[in-house]
Amino acid sequence: MELTRLPFLKSALKNRYPQLAVFIVMLVGYIFAILAGLIGTPVGSHNFSIVFVWIAWWAILILVAVPFFGRGWCAVCPIPLPGEWLQRGAVLSPPDKRPKWLNLRVPKMFRNIWLQNIFFLMLALFSSVLLTTPNVTGIVLAAMLFAAIGLSIIFERRAFCRYLCPVGGFIGLYSQTAPIELRIKDKQVCVTCEGKPCYNGSQVGYGCSWDVFPGGMTKNTYCGLCMECIRTCPHDNIAVNLRPFSADVAKPTARLDEAFKAFIMFGAAMIYAGVLLGPWGTLKDAAYNVGTGAWFIYAAVFLAIIFIVLPGLFTLAIMTTKSKQALKQRFMSLSTALIPLGLMFWVAFSLSFVLTNASYILAALSDPLGLGWNLFGTANAAWRPMLTTILAPAQTLALVVGLFWSARTAQKVNEAGTSTIPVFVYCFVATSIMLWLLL
Amino acid sequence: MSYRFALLLLVMAGLVVAFAPLPVQPITPQERTFEIDAHQFAYSPSELHVNPGDTVTIQLVSTDVVHGLYVDGYDISVEADPGQSATLTFVADKPGSFRFRCKVTCGAMHPFMIGKLTVGTNDWLYRSIGFSLLAIFAFFRFPRVAKD
Repeated sequence: MELTRLPFLKSALKNRYPQLAVFIVMLVGYIFAILAGLIGTPVGSHNFSIVFVWIAWWAILILVAVPFFGRGWCAVCPIPLPGEWLQRGAVLSPPDKRPKWLNLRVPKMFRNIWLQNIFFLMLALFSSVLLTTPNVTGIVLAAMLFAAIGLSIIFERRAFCRYLCPVGGFIGLYSQTAPIELRIKDKQVCVTCEGKPCYNGSQVGYGCSWDVFPGGMTKNTYCGLCMECIRTCPHDNIAVNLRPFSADVAKPTARLDEAFKAFIMFGAAMIYAGVLLGPWGTLKDAAYNVGTGAWFIYAAVFLAIIFIVLPGLFTLAIMTTKSKQALKQRFMSLSTALIPLGLMFWVAFSLSFVLTNASYILAALSDPLGLGWNLFGTANAAWRPMLTTILAPAQTLALVVGLFWSARTAQKVNEAGTSTIPVFVYCFVATSIMLWLLL
Repeated sequence: MSYRFALLLLVMAGLVVAFAPLPVQPITPQERTFEIDAHQFAYSPSELHVNPGDTVTIQLVSTDVVHGLYVDGYDISVEADPGQSATLTFVADKPGSFRFRCKVTCGAMHPFMIGKLTVGTNDWLYRSIGFSLLAIFAFFRFPRVAKD
C-alpha cells in the first residue's frame, strides 16, 4: 500500500519545514541531554541524560520505532544535522553544487558496517558505565555529535550515519523487518532518468545523504528515510509503502559484516539479560569496574561469546546438513534467520528494563538536572515498577513470536534447499536460554 | 488431518501449556528466614527458594549505603540504613519467579541491583519453553502460513 498517495502525507514529506521542526526539537533535546550529563547530578536515575536517553528514548526506539517504522528514528535523528548544515553551507536554501569542504569519498575498505560493529562493541563493553553514569553518557553523546561534524567536513554525504554510527548499524539490520519501506515505483523510469537527481541532487534538493541510489534499493538496511529523494525525483517515482512485516529478510544476507551484525546484536541481548537483569552481583561488578582484571575477563568472554561461541555453534549446526553451497555463503544466508529473533530478544530485554525504570521519567521531567527543581510538580514521584504482572507473559510472547518468525525466515532464505532443522534447533536453544535469563 | 483440525489441536495444546496444573508435592508451609547482605550493587544471597505458603522473613543488612529491597509481584518492600538491618515478613502465597530489587538510589548501578525469589517451581519458564516448542510445531504443521 502506497502511503505517499495520501496527499497530506506526501506534501508533509516533500516540504522540508515539518522535518526541520522535528529536527530542531530533537537537536535541542540532544544538546540538553549532553549538558545534563556533563553538569547535572551524577545520580543517573535523577539525570535527564540517563533517564531520557536510556529509558525513554530507548523504549521508543526498540519497542516502537524500529519494529514499526524501521529507520524512522534516523529520519529525525539530530546527530548528523550540524555536520550536514556545515557540509552544505545551508540549512534549507537550494543546493549549491560547489563543495564547501573536502567532500571526499569514503575509502572503499570502509564502505561496510565493520566500523559500526566495532563502535557498537566498544560501547557495549562499557555499557554498564555508559547506561548509569551521566557524564559518560554526556561525553559519548557529544563525541558522536563531533564525530558526525568531523566526518561531514572530510567526507561527502552522511559518512557518520552510514559507516560509523553504532545505533544506525543495528537499526539498519532490524529495519528489514519493519512494515515501512521507501522504494521506487517503476524501475524503468529510473533507468532512463537523466542525471539521477535522487542520488546526485538537483536545483530542488540534495543527493541522497545516505549514499544510496534509490533505483537499485531492495532492502531498508541503508536507507535513512531522509526523504530527500522524494523531493528531488522529477518523475514522482519514489513512494513510501506499507508492507508486510519482515519483507526484506526474505532476501538472504550476502555480506559477512551484516551476518556478524546479526550475531553481535543477538549475543549482546543475551549477555545484557544475564549481566544487567540477572541476580549475579559478580557479573555486574566485573562489567562496571572498567579497567580491572575482572572487567578484562568480562570483555574477553563478551567478545568470545559474540565472535566465537555463537557463530561457531551456528556453523557447526548448519554443517550437520550437507550442501553444494559454500559454507561461508550458507552461514551468511542463514544468519538472516537470527534477525527477527534478535529483535525480539531486544524487545523482551527492554520490556523488563524499561517497565521497571519508567517511573523515573516523571521525576526527571520536573528536575532534569537533579538540582532540586520541581517544574511540573512530579519531582518527588516515587519509584515504582510498572506492569510487573504482565511483564513475563509479554516477554514470552515476544520470544515465541520471534522464534516462529525466525523459523519462517530460515525457510525463506535457505537458498541451498537443505534442511533448516539445525537452525530451528539453534534458535530454540537460544530462546530457551533467553527465557531462563529473563523469567 | 485437516488444516482446521490441526489448528484446533494447536489452540488446545496452547491452552494446556498455559493453564494445566503442573504436578506438585504437597509440602507443609514453614517459616523461612533469610539474612540478606546488601552492598553496592548486589544481594548476598541473591537467589532465594521457598515453597508456596511459607512465611518468609527477610533480614536485610546494609553494609555500605542505604539499600532497599522491593519484591516484584508481591509489591512489598523494606529499607535498611548503613550498618543496620531491617525486617520484612510475608507469606509466599504467589508461586513463580520474582525479581527483587533495590528501591533506594544507591549508586550508579542501582537500577541493576537485582535478586531472584522463586516460590515453588518457576512454572512460567517451563510453560514458556512449551510455547516455544509449540511455535516450532506450528511452523511445521502450517507451512502454508509459514511460507506465504
